Amino acid sequence: MSKKTTDKKGGILSPFKAVNYLFKKPRTLRYPFEPKEPALRYRGFHLNDWEKCTGCGNCADICPNEAIEMVEIPELKSKPAEGMKNERPKLDYGRCCFCGLCVDICPPASLRLSRDYFHIHFDTNTFTFFPKDEKTDKEHFLDSEQYSILKASMSHRKKDYEGFTSDLEYSLFEPQRVPMPEVPPEERKLSFIEQVIGYNKEEAKREASRCLECKLCENACPAHLKISDYIKAIYEDKPDESLRKIFEDNPIPSICGRVCMKYCETACSLSIRGEAVAVRWLKRFVADSIKDYKTALELKPAEASGKKVAVVGAGPGGLSIAYFLTLKGHKVVVFDSLPGGGGMMRIGPPLYRLPLEMIDKDVNYAASLGVEFRFNTTIGKDILFEDILKEYDAVYLGIGTTVSRSTKIKNADRAHLALPFLQANKIAEPVKVGKEVIVIGGGNVAMDVAREALRLQHIQYPGQKVVTKTVSLENWDELPATEDEIEDAKAEGIQFNPGWGPKEVKVEDGKIKGLLCKKVKSVFDEQGRFSPTFYEEKQMCLDGDMIIEAIGQAPDFSFIPKELFEKLEFTPRRKVKVDENGMTTISKVFAGGDIVNLNLDAVTAIADAKMAAEGIHKMFC
Amino acid sequence: MSVNTNSKKTGSARELELYFGPQHLGMVGNFSITLKVEGDRILEAQANPGYLHRGFEKLMEYRTWIQNFPMVCRINMVEPDSMEMIYAMAVEKLAKIEVPERAHYIRSVQLELSRITSHLFGLWAYANMLGFDTVAQWAMYHRDLILDLFEELTGGRVYHIYIWPGGVRRDFPPGFKDKIVNTLHSIGGCVPDYDATFFNNRLFYERAKGIGQLTQQQAKEWGATGQTLRATGMKFDIRKVEPYAAYDKVKWDVPVRKDGDAYSRVWVIRDEMIESVHMIFKLLDAMPEGPVYNRIPNPFKWKIPKGQAYVRCESSRGELGLYMVSNGEDKPYRVHFRTPSYPNGLIILEKILKNASIADVGNIMISLYTVAPEIDR
Repeated sequence: MSKKTTDKKGGILSPFKAVNYLFKKPRTLRYPFEPKEPALRYRGFHLNDWEKCTGCGNCADICPNEAIEMVEIPELKSKPAEGMKNERPKLDYGRCCFCGLCVDICPPASLRLSRDYFHIHFDTNTFTFFPKDEKTDKEHFLDSEQYSILKASMSHRKKDYEGFTSDLEYSLFEPQRVPMPEVPPEERKLSFIEQVIGYNKEEAKREASRCLECKLCENACPAHLKISDYIKAIYEDKPDESLRKIFEDNPIPSICGRVCMKYCETACSLSIRGEAVAVRWLKRFVADSIKDYKTALELKPAEASGKKVAVVGAGPGGLSIAYFLTLKGHKVVVFDSLPGGGGMMRIGPPLYRLPLEMIDKDVNYAASLGVEFRFNTTIGKDILFEDILKEYDAVYLGIGTTVSRSTKIKNADRAHLALPFLQANKIAEPVKVGKEVIVIGGGNVAMDVAREALRLQHIQYPGQKVVTKTVSLENWDELPATEDEIEDAKAEGIQFNPGWGPKEVKVEDGKIKGLLCKKVKSVFDEQGRFSPTFYEEKQMCLDGDMIIEAIGQAPDFSFIPKELFEKLEFTPRRKVKVDENGMTTISKVFAGGDIVNLNLDAVTAIADAKMAAEGIHKMFC
Repeated sequence: MSVNTNSKKTGSARELELYFGPQHLGMVGNFSITLKVEGDRILEAQANPGYLHRGFEKLMEYRTWIQNFPMVCRINMVEPDSMEMIYAMAVEKLAKIEVPERAHYIRSVQLELSRITSHLFGLWAYANMLGFDTVAQWAMYHRDLILDLFEELTGGRVYHIYIWPGGVRRDFPPGFKDKIVNTLHSIGGCVPDYDATFFNNRLFYERAKGIGQLTQQQAKEWGATGQTLRATGMKFDIRKVEPYAAYDKVKWDVPVRKDGDAYSRVWVIRDEMIESVHMIFKLLDAMPEGPVYNRIPNPFKWKIPKGQAYVRCESSRGELGLYMVSNGEDKPYRVHFRTPSYPNGLIILEKILKNASIADVGNIMISLYTVAPEIDR
């Protein structure tokens, strides 16, 4: 600025310069006749896709103004296994500040903001509402022809008018899991070394920090473990606290931390757009990081009640019920024909997944509480079931499915069966395998068998060409084994032949030459029941010198005397029928695990055991 | 303006006590001044804050680290971005969060755009107060053009909720750089109009020259920062003194004036706007590619280690500081803002209103760029 410029006076005509502006276009909009289109990222009213929304409530938790409330919608179905609650967010626009944190935290990206921002109404109650979108609310979302800004309100909105939406790159949660260190396939297939190395403290804390505490996992877990609590304790560096939380519902964390079927991770809200929190590995971390459960837990059984309970089978169910009942003050004796505890866990999961000392850690803790184990004791042979029934106040059957089924095809007697094969390798002398092994089956047991066979091949024929292949009725998309198992098996070099059914074991000169297979037409019938059909003319012969059948197991009830067995009722799906207390149709006899439920896994057996423990305790009181 | 005829307080019938605000034309917002006048001359002025007290600092102690982020901007609606910026800076300092390079540039661009809107808003208020209605309308219109840019980038026009700990909330949408350039060119094209009608206008000169004058010494003593200080000839700008974001990555200059009066202050903001436009162009040219956000920890489990931090940045009105203490919890233990309007509105205003004319109260106050909500936080 200089004095000159400010002192400069305009000419006499300068006021007429304003005339210029008469011919310029106006800058302002004639609203609403000239609408102003909001920007693509505009933060307006909420939209919520009710089909995608899981009801996790993270939006309500993060809202700085408590404008969001989770409300149960009775018309919607809760699907715990899929991580779906029947709650949906309700917005209060008297409180909302349109910051969009709810959008950035929404794991399924169902909650978004639209470009609508007009709501005029006499009734203040209309300012609280359930956000929906055009998919679930066709009535109130209109095409642009039918839409008028003059009528705009919460019940008169424009279709396809999405504004601020979730972006994984900018989300408030971490979609990527902390990678689990593993022994590489090339190395691990040469021995029975444990594949998963386990998180260290830093990694576990980092992984635990991802949990949003929405507790969808706890609904999905059959045993309803307090997952978000024990994960939070890991994050806060309190492993003892974490272990205590786990032991409230699951007394075998060292086992479950390795082989659990992890329904929690399927339900995890982070799994929708990213990777689920590694709940199983975190449980394993807690179990492994605590050397001595007893000092960490400081649990003491209640005063002795004088009641005695016999548990048949020291598997996950048997161990769990023994633990729960001992804590309640009852004397528990566990019978098992194997030389150690764990039941199917002891013989089934291969050493590279579940080493024996990890099983013993859980079993020893139960023993330290006062559970009496009688191993190497077969009911019906070493001790009669009738005697047990007389001597004890209650009996729990956690016998599992211990007999491998056979395909019963021609020459099937020359094939090995899965369970004896696995058992021998885990707790006795390893089986001598062939150079070209064929495994029949597509489930998790078949994967275990195939991967064990491959390891044995590498050990028994070092440096030689060996092959292990699987044949399964199911096609790739319907293989019952978990994805992880299939991926690991593939990485180790197992060959897959899905969609083929076994027809005959080929034997020449008394030696196995291979397996004749026929193409599968369909595995299930129209009702979804297992009933395979084949193209008999489409055949294939797989070469091989050893065949192992891993097509499923059945329970063995032969220890129950005939007259008692007749009293035992079964469900239409051939499962032992139990009431809400876990009691079978034989009085005093309770049951759980694989002979009762259809899940056929450890954590469901624990859930059954917990229920039966409550039932038995109730019966005693 | 109400007249208090209670002569006991004023001592002489020649003196009057006048309440200026909180509802008064030319008042900067929910704020008032009690004036003791003799004739047209002000004998004493007392600033009365508190009409807008919402207890932000206390509220922040009850909200988690992430929940505070959408709230801090509301402390100053005229320029919310600098509030977001210091909150992010303080959290980043305490929690040791790295910010990606590109985010620094985007933050700077956002803050400069915000500075321009804030100055245009100030220009609107000042021009309006002096009766330059046309200029005021232009300023408002041009501010709106930048609000359109904000809307496109952040989804909000006034409260952007954009600069958050770890970076910024979203990257530039496609073609956004060109939009910034075009908008700023169209605003810049009107600078000669502004100059002809306002800045070089004799009426403005007559009305603002020598009004509300303070010396550099006084400005320093009374805690003035920003254009109030720079208008007294002192080249002091936090962006230069303690560079943050990407301010040290490009070349720019700090505009100053010597006289320390309302006229100089308004000229400083004019020059600052122009400097900001040039700076934005340079920043856009130098802006690297890459990520714009380093993910913060899970907000439900986020605890910040024990510690304290003082951070400061140059807001459109001067030094904006934030002192924050963390107790290792999920919420701040104590938060305190050092806002430039505080000394401007409470200390300097009271001092320089002395001996001023009643007709100049608004003139002086608005030239100090006091924003009432900044005082009452």
